[in-house]
Amino acid sequence: MVRPAHRRPGQSRKAQYSLFAAYVIAVTGAVAGLLLAILSVVDPVGFAQLRLASQEVAAPVARASRSVIGSISGIDDNVGAYVRAGSQNRRLRKELAETRRQLVATSSLQEENRQLKALLALQQTDKAALANGYLLTSTSTSSKRIALLSIGRNMGVTAGQPVRGADGLIGRVLGSGPSVAQVLLLTDVDNIVPVRRARDGLPALAYGRGNGDLDVRTLNIANNPFKPGDILVTSGTGGLYPPNIPVAIVVQRQDDGALARPLADPAKVDAVSVLRPYTPDNIEAQRAVIAPPATAPAPAP
Amino acid sequence: MNKAAAPRLGEPASLWRMRAVPVATVMVASALPLMLPLVASSPVLPPLGLLFFLCWQLLRTEMWPVWIGLPLGLWDDLYSGQPIGTAVGLWTLASLAIHYSSQRIYWRGFWHDWVIAALLIPVIQALAALIAHPAANPGRILGLVLPQIVLSILLLPLVMRLTGKFDNFRLKRR
Repeated sequence: MVRPAHRRPGQSRKAQYSLFAAYVIAVTGAVAGLLLAILSVVDPVGFAQLRLASQEVAAPVARASRSVIGSISGIDDNVGAYVRAGSQNRRLRKELAETRRQLVATSSLQEENRQLKALLALQQTDKAALANGYLLTSTSTSSKRIALLSIGRNMGVTAGQPVRGADGLIGRVLGSGPSVAQVLLLTDVDNIVPVRRARDGLPALAYGRGNGDLDVRTLNIANNPFKPGDILVTSGTGGLYPPNIPVAIVVQRQDDGALARPLADPAKVDAVSVLRPYTPDNIEAQRAVIAPPATAPAPAP
Repeated sequence: MNKAAAPRLGEPASLWRMRAVPVATVMVASALPLMLPLVASSPVLPPLGLLFFLCWQLLRTEMWPVWIGLPLGLWDDLYSGQPIGTAVGLWTLASLAIHYSSQRIYWRGFWHDWVIAALLIPVIQALAALIAHPAANPGRILGLVLPQIVLSILLLPLVMRLTGKFDNFRLKRR
């Protein structure tokens, strides 16, 4: 049982004034805080440095706890894997045989593709990563999906660079401090990625749902062409994400599009690479770098 | 050994410890989720900083001035990922609500405390999520934070117990 609070300060003028002042400070502070919050939604850049400074403090602890307990995100999957082991084994063996056959077919196509490309002297834009790091931790109490990347300005990471894992797109860099960077994950409610269907190039937009899934909507509303199993890759439209990075797989049709699951799960991905943003001047610069060796093998017998 | 500096029997706890323990617990609880190696795909952890903040206020309403939500909320905003200022405003409003309730309900018990917190947590978390995503569909945003709100309310008695333990440590005589 709590002792009853006696807020009435009695006859003392000084006590009365200080109590009144505390309430005035609290109310004005609360109002100012909410205004600040609205302001920082509108202009998130202004306060990014303050937040990055505090995350620089948290990062060493996150690094240490990560090295001690590893990543604790996959617990549910590990348990589920034991339960489903038998049926999964059968299914995977069937898939493996199927995939081997496809692989043989694809390798010949790949060789043909390479020769045709050489014939056309087509250059691929540089897909090499700017820097590689790993995801340390993320906001887990807020509805914002922001992860902390283990590298920052020390490795040349700056805001607006796309981040990908081995399996697919992870998100983009929101801001970078001296040794950590914030990554806005693909699944954040505010993250919209222009994609296209890998099979036929049908353009669409992928919206984060905030719970680990994506909403996919086509640009024309008239029909809903998605089927479960469709693979979506980045289209390069809008000039941030380079084209042809795998993004998601459609799992379910919906009234106004489809529900998709990201191919790269940030909870399980180990290393991620930071790429150059896909802007015209970047593409030109990379062309210029690649051009000399591409023209070199001219004298063919 | 200096005799004057030696602790005497029954001496009250140091003022420094009495002041620092509550603030330190809230600050650590706010920063803790960002220090775990957990990349979450939805808001899975309860807002620990907020829970400790509410429990300290409910347990010792007079301990802090009403404006304590301003600095502690700013600290929480830096680590939670919310737009800066959200917790500054909402925590201070919660603090005002608790002070008001302590004037209305004269003898407050555990069930009163739980109900007050169970009213405040959904309001704070829902408003915080809506402020963070003003353009998104409100129904979906609320659905996103609903599991976290339920979990937080169920966890509250445990956090209250922990706060009580910290309070005993805070006031422990030598």
